[in-house]
Amino acid sequence: MSSTKYTEYDAYAAADEATEGRVFDVAGQDWDEVVAGAEDLGDERLVVNMGPQHPSTHGVLRIILTLDGETVDEARVVIGYLHTGIEKNMEFRTWTQGTTFCTRMDYLAPIFNETAYCLGVEKLLGVTDQVPERAQIIRVMLMELNRISSHLVAIATFGLELGATTVMLNGFIEREYTLDLFEEITGLRMNMAYVRPGGVAQDLPSGALSKVRDYLDRMPKRLQALRKLMDSNPVYLARTKDVAYLDLTGCMALGVTGPVLRATGLPWDLRKSQPYCGYETYDFEVATQDTCDVYGRYLVRMAEMEESLKIVEQCVERLQGTRGPVMIEDKKIGWPAQLAIGADGMGNSPKHIAHIMGTSMEALIHHFKLVTEGFRVPAGQAYSHIESPRGELGAHVVSDGGTRPYRVHFREPSFVNLQATPAMAEGGMIADVIAAVASIDPVMGGVDR
Amino acid sequence: MSSQHPEQQAEQAADRLPAQVEEERREQPIARTGMFGSKTTGDTSGYGGLVVRQSPKVGAPRPYGGPDGAAEPGEFDEIADQLERAFPDYGDAIERVVIHRGEMTFFVKREHLREVARTMRDDPSLRFELCSAVSGVHYPQDTGAELHSVTHLLSITHNRRVRLEATCPDADPHVPSLVPVYPTSDWHERETYDFFGIVYDGHPALTRIQMPDDWVGHPQRKDYPLGGIPVEYRGAEIPPPDERRSYT
Repeated sequence: MSSTKYTEYDAYAAADEATEGRVFDVAGQDWDEVVAGAEDLGDERLVVNMGPQHPSTHGVLRIILTLDGETVDEARVVIGYLHTGIEKNMEFRTWTQGTTFCTRMDYLAPIFNETAYCLGVEKLLGVTDQVPERAQIIRVMLMELNRISSHLVAIATFGLELGATTVMLNGFIEREYTLDLFEEITGLRMNMAYVRPGGVAQDLPSGALSKVRDYLDRMPKRLQALRKLMDSNPVYLARTKDVAYLDLTGCMALGVTGPVLRATGLPWDLRKSQPYCGYETYDFEVATQDTCDVYGRYLVRMAEMEESLKIVEQCVERLQGTRGPVMIEDKKIGWPAQLAIGADGMGNSPKHIAHIMGTSMEALIHHFKLVTEGFRVPAGQAYSHIESPRGELGAHVVSDGGTRPYRVHFREPSFVNLQATPAMAEGGMIADVIAAVASIDPVMGGVDR
Repeated sequence: MSSQHPEQQAEQAADRLPAQVEEERREQPIARTGMFGSKTTGDTSGYGGLVVRQSPKVGAPRPYGGPDGAAEPGEFDEIADQLERAFPDYGDAIERVVIHRGEMTFFVKREHLREVARTMRDDPSLRFELCSAVSGVHYPQDTGAELHSVTHLLSITHNRRVRLEATCPDADPHVPSLVPVYPTSDWHERETYDFFGIVYDGHPALTRIQMPDDWVGHPQRKDYPLGGIPVEYRGAEIPPPDERRSYT
């Protein structure tokens, strides 16, 4: 770097100097100059802006850190850089179109967003019991696959943030296999809009189950390899053990759920305690740890992936045994068109088009009404809640009796859990802030919506 | 077996009640007129003169039942009984109780909200230790109670959920903050303030959270437009979503 003093190249310093203290513009590889400048000031406290474009902040998270040496005195979390107005937009589309919007919130767990929303709509319609069993099994299978892919990203990016690219590459390659399954089943790797009010968009394509079986054969070994890489790796342990401590009291006060809560020893998992989609009929364990630290959260996530594999296996068995519809029988709610994958992507099946355009005027009217106008949902409000990879994902769905949601609010676990950052990071080392945030595993698409 | 949903049946039964219900209904404010959202001559359905009134605000009668039905006293009655016992001002603080779709909502007068929440959290027989979420809803037609602040509570101890709903008028958008009771509602309340303009009194730092600090207006309110531009596709112009025909 050049030997110019920071005051000479810092374009913003002069204007901001009056507000509080001196401003340093850190452009990279100039840390020595900042340190020298800070020494000149003789001030022990240094306020550092981490983010919003820091690679380890999971997108666009900004943390304002007040540092005393390397110790964090104060951490203030700033969000909103990825606000996209999904909830507002949903108020201007039909109930079915809502899935297309909400799937984009937490982009690492799209199936969960869709399912939470659809369960809310179904509850408000009063048709929860009428959703076909096969659709529920497919939902469970996809949710568990999604849980694996999401946890893999959590662990992979965590490795990267601590400087271990091997972990990152290993985690992402496994996730890739999972996304391949999504592509096979839903047609898309992310943002599928596959779960719809009343069921799912279409049945599994032929051959999908055998691919899931291959995946189930391969995955345990892969997870074992990841465990081998991390579980007792001294560097990893040094960075994670007893770091970012948050106990049960803290979790309750701050509303923290998910792996962070389960790492305090409380086996609170909505799949077990308030089951939905038939989770009460599956055999699986709730993973817990009692260390309240980053390492415990990692272990919970690893164990959850192994349990998810068990659930997926049970789903495959059941799906092989069942045939039948995947969309609610009620023609006033169920999407009229059967979908098919054509050369240019997913669309209405040629058979359905031939039916409505060639043989049945009533079917055409029905299709037109349901697709453009949508169905009506009785007035009222409902709150549906599912266990997403990050904790309780809730959808507060309000209807005024119309064909569009009157208001949908999502209780995003990332949003709530991120509030715990100061509790985890203050008083610790600055390097552990990264570990703390990564162990919460926030997805900014979900936080900001 | 009837294919109708029991609640649907109940609604229809309520419609057949004596004329007094009709009168009650006629006193309600008008929710909308006409059909299909059309304000011009576009409505050829013959429903142009239709006047739809808001449904009266009714509370659920006892027994409240539980999440699975209201045939006999259940979980919800227990919660209400415990709250009545633990919170002396119950009759004054709780406007009404709504049981709908297996969920329980207490409509709490805003001045009592914090104390009700504190009782909900602290009483061992209630013990709603976790505040799941706070969200706002804007009902512009609900004169005098346009803004609703909805708090979802969860009891891990008893494995139950309830909802507390407090309302405030547009002219005086103040609701007490629940941060002293549930610290987690900090960001939730900031978000609800940001989107609806509900001012949570007693919040430690009520600032915008999703929108930029200098943003004007509260975007989730019903009088705030979605915005958007018309899109041209193959020669045809498609208006922005909030200007398209709505069917409500």
